[in-house]
Amino acid sequence: MPASVTAGDEATISTSGSGKATFYLLGPGVSRRSDVNLGEEIRIQGQDLRNAGDYLALVCSDSCHSGTFYVVAAKPAKLTFLVHPSRVPVGLSDAVSGVAFPFDQFNNLVLTPKTISFQLAAGDKPLFSRAVATQNGVAWFRTASGKSAGLLQVNASLDDLSAKRAVQQVASDPCNLRITGQRIPIGIVVQTEPVHDCAGNVVPDGTIVTFSATEANGKSTVDAPVKQGVARAQIEASGATVVSVASGVVMGNELRIGAKP
Amino acid sequence: MKFTLPIILVVVTAVLIGLALLGPEQTRNVVGIAAGSAVYTRKATTPEQALKNLLSDVQRRNWDRAIAEVSKGSITDKQAFIQDWTGSNGSLRSFSALEGFESRPLHITNDEAQMRVRLHWTTPVGPIEDVRDFHLVREGDVWKTVLPKVEIPNVPARVIPVTFLRWDLVTGGASDEWGAKNVDAPHVRIISMNAVDSAEGAVVMGEVVNEDTVPAFVNVNATLVDGAGSAIDDETSFDKIDHVLLPKQVSPYRIDFPNFNLKNVKNVRMDVKASLVPASADPVIGVMNQKIESDSQGKSVLHGDLFNQSGQTVNISHVIVSFYDNNAKVVWVADGYEDHALLPQSSAPFAVEIPKSIAPKVQSFHVVVDQYSLNKS
Repeated sequence: MPASVTAGDEATISTSGSGKATFYLLGPGVSRRSDVNLGEEIRIQGQDLRNAGDYLALVCSDSCHSGTFYVVAAKPAKLTFLVHPSRVPVGLSDAVSGVAFPFDQFNNLVLTPKTISFQLAAGDKPLFSRAVATQNGVAWFRTASGKSAGLLQVNASLDDLSAKRAVQQVASDPCNLRITGQRIPIGIVVQTEPVHDCAGNVVPDGTIVTFSATEANGKSTVDAPVKQGVARAQIEASGATVVSVASGVVMGNELRIGAKP
Repeated sequence: MKFTLPIILVVVTAVLIGLALLGPEQTRNVVGIAAGSAVYTRKATTPEQALKNLLSDVQRRNWDRAIAEVSKGSITDKQAFIQDWTGSNGSLRSFSALEGFESRPLHITNDEAQMRVRLHWTTPVGPIEDVRDFHLVREGDVWKTVLPKVEIPNVPARVIPVTFLRWDLVTGGASDEWGAKNVDAPHVRIISMNAVDSAEGAVVMGEVVNEDTVPAFVNVNATLVDGAGSAIDDETSFDKIDHVLLPKQVSPYRIDFPNFNLKNVKNVRMDVKASLVPASADPVIGVMNQKIESDSQGKSVLHGDLFNQSGQTVNISHVIVSFYDNNAKVVWVADGYEDHALLPQSSAPFAVEIPKSIAPKVQSFHVVVDQYSLNKS
């Protein structure tokens, strides 16, 4: 009985005695029955040993004799690579993680330790490189997100195999939110300066900025999206007005605009 | 003996049918309140009857007869009158029907009367009540309703440049490699939560923010848990939330648990669900002149004007308001639908009622406007 067989390889089992017998092979996803002659070698085809795991070989004539052997995964043929998240704000620690699984050509997880190389790059600029040995068929990394918004290329390689993923690094919360405004005949127009995060990345268009204008006889608010880096709103207010600004849970400056002359 | 039960059932059914035939007027005995019915009297000798005739014809959409019941002193035309009652531009009113009404006299003399009417509308978003005051005059021996001028919004022709901004969603095929094209759900967070008992039951409310850089379709669920750790009930925010949140947008939410009392509740489990959704950054609706005032019925009401800053018609606007106490804690969330369409660059008033028990606590508020446009998917 072989101690270990590589998935997809043929295997032989020697028998003793004489006469006809019935051979049974039971394994993960496999069940075979065949007639054999005792005293001859039993040849097991490679296609019956594609799935890694424990196998039971059983030979029965007058009595039954059995043995077990283990089929191990073949050499890695495919690298499955999961990266999380798909979007990440810049400047967050332990924000990007990746996990790689080497599989053989029969989709068996390769449990023998293999060294997988992880590389992260923003554009052409390499940010991170680490070689990690698989444990129980898994290798992983965790790292901080970069400082600049944009595409983060994440690559995992093992020998001649590689898998590429991309993470979108996005601007973090707005920082130093500042507004300017002026009176127009039908009210006031207020707009932000270009909205950036604290690392200087422009926040994505569509980010909502809330303008609140308070005057003696009431309050007006407008939820305006950032377009081309700037959010703009028109507010009906004729008296002296204090305009404040916020985006999400971040507050900006206050602006005082005098009453309509 | 075996015929006793059928006979009783027949008699009870006959009595119930008889009661139903007597109509709502006979079953309601509230003094001074006239309820809407299909009874039409050709000659309205009382203000109540005149108003009832008018509203019954509005209910039946019998416009010619309705206009005939209007005083000659009215300064509205037939087209404006019809549009006022049937809506236009795909507004909520145009999908609604006047289900009933109750009128109450405010002031009556020999020649003039002031009536207050509570109108009950059936709409796609549920029943809506509207209160209107009507002025009636006696012309000869007949009472007629004086209709005020109906302002039909008229938008001048113009070109409004818009930097169009929207998000589309592309989903991968089933044959994609595992993990190769996954896109995470948007990251949203509940930033405040408060549970209170109200007259109708327990209410869980607060605010939720989309912290991501992509739009999110958001739903907030709450589960009431008793002292033994068992779930008593779970409910969702349903329409008491702005479901589509753009990046960094904050929305109030309210979850109602009718007929539940918080004294039986040990814990509330919150769960916010967010998924990717195609969305547009337009139209932008400003909320102008927000002010809390008492209305004619003595109720505290948040008034304001919705101003459509874009170049497209908003068919139905939904106003959701979070009210805060002096510690900036959300003490109530209320909402209301605007039944008229918001035309481009035009305003329309809105009003949201604050419960009497909450009104004294309210120090500030935050209004968000959800909108539905028929030309949007």
